[in-house]
Amino acid sequence: MNAPARPNDYTAYPDASGRFGDYGGRYVPETLMPLVHELDAAYKAAKADPAFQAELNGFLTHYVGRPSPLYFAERLTDHFGGAKIYLKREELNHTGSHKINNCMGQILLARRMGKTRIIAETGAGQHGVASATVCARFGLPCIVYMGAVDVERQKPNVFRMNLLGARVEAVTSGSATLKDAMNEALRDWVTNVHDTYYLIGTAAGMHPYPEMVRDFQSVIGKETRAQILEVEGRLPDAVVACVGGGSNAIGIFHPFLNDEGVKLIGVEAAGEGMDTDRHAAAINGGRPGVLHGNMTYLLQDREGQITEAHSISAGLDYPGIGPEHSWLHDVGRATYLTATDLESLDAFKLTAELEGILPAIESAHALARIGDVARDVGKGGVVVLNLSGRGDKDVATVAAHLGMQI
Amino acid sequence: MTKARIDARFAALKTEGRAAFVAYVMAGDPDAATALKILKGLPAAGADIIELGFPFSDPMAEGPPIQRAAQRALAKGMTLSGTLELARAFREGDQDTPIIMMGYTNPLVTWGYDAFARDAAAAGIDGIIVVDLPPEEADPLADALDANQMSLIRLATPTTDDARLPVVINRTSGFVYYVSVAGVTGVKEADAATVAPHVARVRKASGLPVAVGFGIKTPERAGAIAEVADAVVVGSALVDEVAEAVEMNEDVTSRVLSKVASLAKAVRLARQGLTTV
Repeated sequence: MNAPARPNDYTAYPDASGRFGDYGGRYVPETLMPLVHELDAAYKAAKADPAFQAELNGFLTHYVGRPSPLYFAERLTDHFGGAKIYLKREELNHTGSHKINNCMGQILLARRMGKTRIIAETGAGQHGVASATVCARFGLPCIVYMGAVDVERQKPNVFRMNLLGARVEAVTSGSATLKDAMNEALRDWVTNVHDTYYLIGTAAGMHPYPEMVRDFQSVIGKETRAQILEVEGRLPDAVVACVGGGSNAIGIFHPFLNDEGVKLIGVEAAGEGMDTDRHAAAINGGRPGVLHGNMTYLLQDREGQITEAHSISAGLDYPGIGPEHSWLHDVGRATYLTATDLESLDAFKLTAELEGILPAIESAHALARIGDVARDVGKGGVVVLNLSGRGDKDVATVAAHLGMQI
Repeated sequence: MTKARIDARFAALKTEGRAAFVAYVMAGDPDAATALKILKGLPAAGADIIELGFPFSDPMAEGPPIQRAAQRALAKGMTLSGTLELARAFREGDQDTPIIMMGYTNPLVTWGYDAFARDAAAAGIDGIIVVDLPPEEADPLADALDANQMSLIRLATPTTDDARLPVVINRTSGFVYYVSVAGVTGVKEADAATVAPHVARVRKASGLPVAVGFGIKTPERAGAIAEVADAVVVGSALVDEVAEAVEMNEDVTSRVLSKVASLAKAVRLARQGLTTV
C-alpha cells in the first residue's frame, strides 16, 4: 500500500471506481458485475431525486421515529469526571437500533428498481430484524441468511424475523457465522439475478454499498451536528462509536470528517484480548486484503485465508471492516481503539446502573472507552457517543457471562 | 511456453475436429499426494486441459461440492505455494497439457501479483481464472501475467450483454470461459441449446476458443455441450467423486480418473454423431 495523503475534502470519496484511497472496489464474480453497475446507477439517480429523499424523510420521521434524541448523560459524566458525555440515542429507533435507517433507504431503492425479492445477511439479528420489518411494511418477500451458530445464540431475533414474515436460512457452510451468511447471500444473488435485491446491512462489501449505506446512516451524524450546536453552541471534541462492519460509526463520523478539530474514535471488539487470536479487530489485528467485494483490513492468516472473528457481540463478530474506515485509519483522520468482552460487559452494567439504559453489547464496546476519551478531552470539553442499539436482546448473553440463569 | 501451450492445444484439437475436455481438480483434495496422483493421471484419462483450483476459505461463487473440496484441502494444509509445487511436479512428466489455475483474489494479493505471476510461470502454470476479480479490478494482475506470458482467462456469463462483452474480452487470452448458468458451481444444469448462441456470440466477439462450464455433470451433458463449445469444463462432479471415494473408503485416484475417462470419451465422440450410452 502506498503512503496515503490527507485529502482536502474527506467527503469527496469514494471515487468513480468505488475507492477510498486503496480501499473498496468491486471484487465480485462477473455474473454480478452488471447488477452492481445497475445498482450504482439507480442509487445515483435516487440520491439526486428530491422525491426519493422526501419519501425517505417521511418514513424516517413517522415510521422510524427520527430525529433520535441527543441526551446529556449526566451521571456517566460525573462518574468519569472529564468532558461532558452526550449519547446519540439510536437505540430508540423503531426495531431498536440504527440498522433501520439503512434498511428504509434501501427498501425504497429496491422498490424504485422494481425488485420483488429481498435477501439480507445478519449476525446478531439486528439487521435481519430491520430488513424483515421493512419487507413486511412494503409487502416484499424476505430471506435472511444467518450463520447456524448465530441462529442458535440469537433465538429471540430469529423468532422476531419469523413473526415479521421473513424466512431465516441457517447457514452451515464454513464457520457458520456472519461471514458465511454473507457468502451465502452472495450465492443467492448470483443465482437469482433478475428479481432479487441484496440488502447489505453494513458499510462494507462491493461499491456502491459502502457509500450508499454510509449515506443512509449519515442522518445520525447530521442530526448530531445540529443538536450539539444547538445545546452546546459548538462542535464536540470527540465522537465515539463501536465498529464491526462500521455502519453506525461511519454514519455518525461522516458529517464531521472535514471538521478536523473533532476527533473520531472507533472501538473494535477485542474479544478475549488483543494478545490472543480470539478477537474481531480488523484494523488493530488484521491487514489489507480482499473479501466480500472490497479491499479492506481483514483478519487473515499468512496465506490470505480469512480467519474467524471472536466477540461476545454477534454484531461485531466479523473479520472485516468497511473500506472507508480502513482509509480513515491509514490517513490518520480516525483512530481505532479496542475493548474486550469483559470491558464491554462492565460498561453494559455501568450504563444500566447510572443512566437506566441497557445498551446493545455492540454499543457497550464504545461505552467501554468513553471514560478514557472523556478524561483525555478533560473538563470543559464535550464528547458524543453513538448508542447504536438497545441491549434487551443481550440480556441472556450478559446473564450467562455473569454466571446467572434467567 | 505458457500462453503458447494453451494456443497449441486448441490448434491441435481444431485439426482433430473436436472440443477440449477440461478437468477441474482442487489442489490438495483430499491431500497433496493424492491430488498429484490424480493430476499425473489426467492426460492419459483424456483431459486435454487441467484446471487447478487453489483453495480459499470463502469461495463466494462455489456451490457446496467445491466449497467442501476447498475445506478438505485447507484442512490438510494446502496453500498457494503448495499448489504451485503440485504444478511443478506434474510438469516434470508433462510439457504439453495446459494448466489453468482457478481461485479467488485474496491469496494472490497476499503473495503479491508480480511475485505470484513469476513463480507460477516458473512452476509451469499457463493461465489463471480469478473468480472475484472482474475487469474493473484486474489490471494490476493482468500486467503481472503479461510480463510472464501467462493468460488471464475471463468469465462471460448469462448477464454479460453485448455492451459488456468487449469489457470482459479485453486483455483476455487463451480462451474465454462461458459460465453456462447464472448461479454457483455445480447446482443448476447447463442446457446446450440455450448455451449455443451465447458461445457463438462470445467466440465471434473475442476470436478465441470458448469453454463452457458450471452445471455439467454427466457424459450426456458433456457430449451435448461439446457439440457447440470449444471446450467442456467439469469440476463439481469430479470433486464429488473425491468426496464419495473418501467416504466409501475407495481408491480416490482411480475413481476420479474413471469419471474423467467417461466424460472425456463423451466429448471425443460428440461431433462424430456417436453417443456413449
